[in-house]
Amino acid sequence: MQRIPELFARMTGDEKHEWAAASTIDVLWVLYDKVLNVTPAIVDDPDRDRFLLSKGHGPMAYYAVLAEKGFIDESTLDDWTSWDSPLGQHPDRVLVKGVEISSGSLGHGLPIAVGTAIGQRVAGSRGRTFVLVGDGELDEGSNHEAIAVASRLRVANLTAIVIDNQSAMYGWPGGIARRFAVEGWQTAEIDGRDHEAVFTALTAPHDRPYAVVAKIEKSR
Amino acid sequence: MTTMRQAFVRAVNDGIATDPRIAVVTAVISSNEFPQENERVVDVGIREQTMVGVASGLALAGLRPVVHSYAPFLVERPYEQIKLDIGHQDVGAVFVSIGASYDDPAWGRTHQSPGDVALFDTLPGWTVHVPGHPDEVTPLLQQALKDDDRVYVRLSLHENTHAHPVGEGFTTLRHGKRGVVLAVGPMLDRVLKAVESENADVTVLYAATVRPFDSDGLRKAVQDTDHADVMVVEPYLEGTSSHLVSETLQQIPHRVRSIGVKRHAELRNYGTAEDHDAAHDLDVVGLGSAVRSFFRG
Repeated sequence: MQRIPELFARMTGDEKHEWAAASTIDVLWVLYDKVLNVTPAIVDDPDRDRFLLSKGHGPMAYYAVLAEKGFIDESTLDDWTSWDSPLGQHPDRVLVKGVEISSGSLGHGLPIAVGTAIGQRVAGSRGRTFVLVGDGELDEGSNHEAIAVASRLRVANLTAIVIDNQSAMYGWPGGIARRFAVEGWQTAEIDGRDHEAVFTALTAPHDRPYAVVAKIEKSR
Repeated sequence: MTTMRQAFVRAVNDGIATDPRIAVVTAVISSNEFPQENERVVDVGIREQTMVGVASGLALAGLRPVVHSYAPFLVERPYEQIKLDIGHQDVGAVFVSIGASYDDPAWGRTHQSPGDVALFDTLPGWTVHVPGHPDEVTPLLQQALKDDDRVYVRLSLHENTHAHPVGEGFTTLRHGKRGVVLAVGPMLDRVLKAVESENADVTVLYAATVRPFDSDGLRKAVQDTDHADVMVVEPYLEGTSSHLVSETLQQIPHRVRSIGVKRHAELRNYGTAEDHDAAHDLDVVGLGSAVRSFFRG
């Protein structure tokens, strides 16, 4: 984690603040450092864990973590978003090793994640699917199709992480976790900056789809 | 009598039984045709965006998904999912629709999809099959299930009397000197009747596959005539393939007449498919009139 500010600065030119403001950085770090069974050596292994970044906007934290963990060469950060860079403002799975889905348009990752998780189940794989969405992104109706159907189809190897930095236009009355719980998901609500809490939540056992709502204070 | 839909169901169920890669994703429509107890058969309820997203995830996990619904709900409603979850993820899938442009017009505009092929035409890398007979459906689907690419199969209740060989470009059914008529899928029989009723000295090509477009086949057929005049008759939005005809013939002066479901107005009429064919001049009378006026002199 110590090198994240430096890696961030190679994209943004600012070491001091921008990385800390990224709402996803702590969850992404804990996922790749301690939770996911995936490394650059096994990016094509059918039994790997799959992490789907649905909220593809603002991918600097994702790229910094991928660089620190060796999925991408650090030097590619320097000219990101240029003509022949593999790194755009939204990630492209065809261009970047270790990126599981191309994202950018909101509301696509969760339905795809239901599919990869079912695919893992069909294959008898021990691999799990994790998908990260934003609370604003949850406005897209496609998510609500997927939230309902994941539970009906008992997709137990699926974890959705909702980064809740209170971006949703009209909010979620009763809380986001309740929205998942009413459809039969197991849920947890944590401080999205607390690495210990993130780790504990993301490694908790579950026998049905699991939603972890990671709250991020917007002012930070 | 086997319908195209029955041929599709049989081919896919054979695939599920024999090939562990084959998966099926539906949104209620036709789901009772597939073995729901099989873990590779997934019905998502009435959720078409998720139907395509789940198919994407299955493909990312190494499966070969077949995605099926009524044409407007398969193609138009989740169009962005087709663009991004299939195309942009660079995965393959076999999309199979029923309903066509207006197979059941009593159901009204909501169940009509004359624009489906034009929508697929905005996306790179799709093969588009428009079979004209149930016996053409089986080989086209069997091949699609084996491959890894992106395939759209457009099934219809309307069909020709006979099946023709598929998978090898346009088929020449009639030779003439005055020009070329390209008939797509279920349009063939009535094109042949119209040409015969007008005694038109034209070549008739048949296409059950329109993407990729058999430019070489069309160019060769045009070269064998005395006039570079091409009429394209498609069972969906008129002009859907005219840009490819123009591109094929760009080196020679030529004329193109595009015939299909008219673009100019939404018909707020029910009735039968035959009523709608007549309204769009897609019946034998309308096509005969078009042949007569286009291939004049």
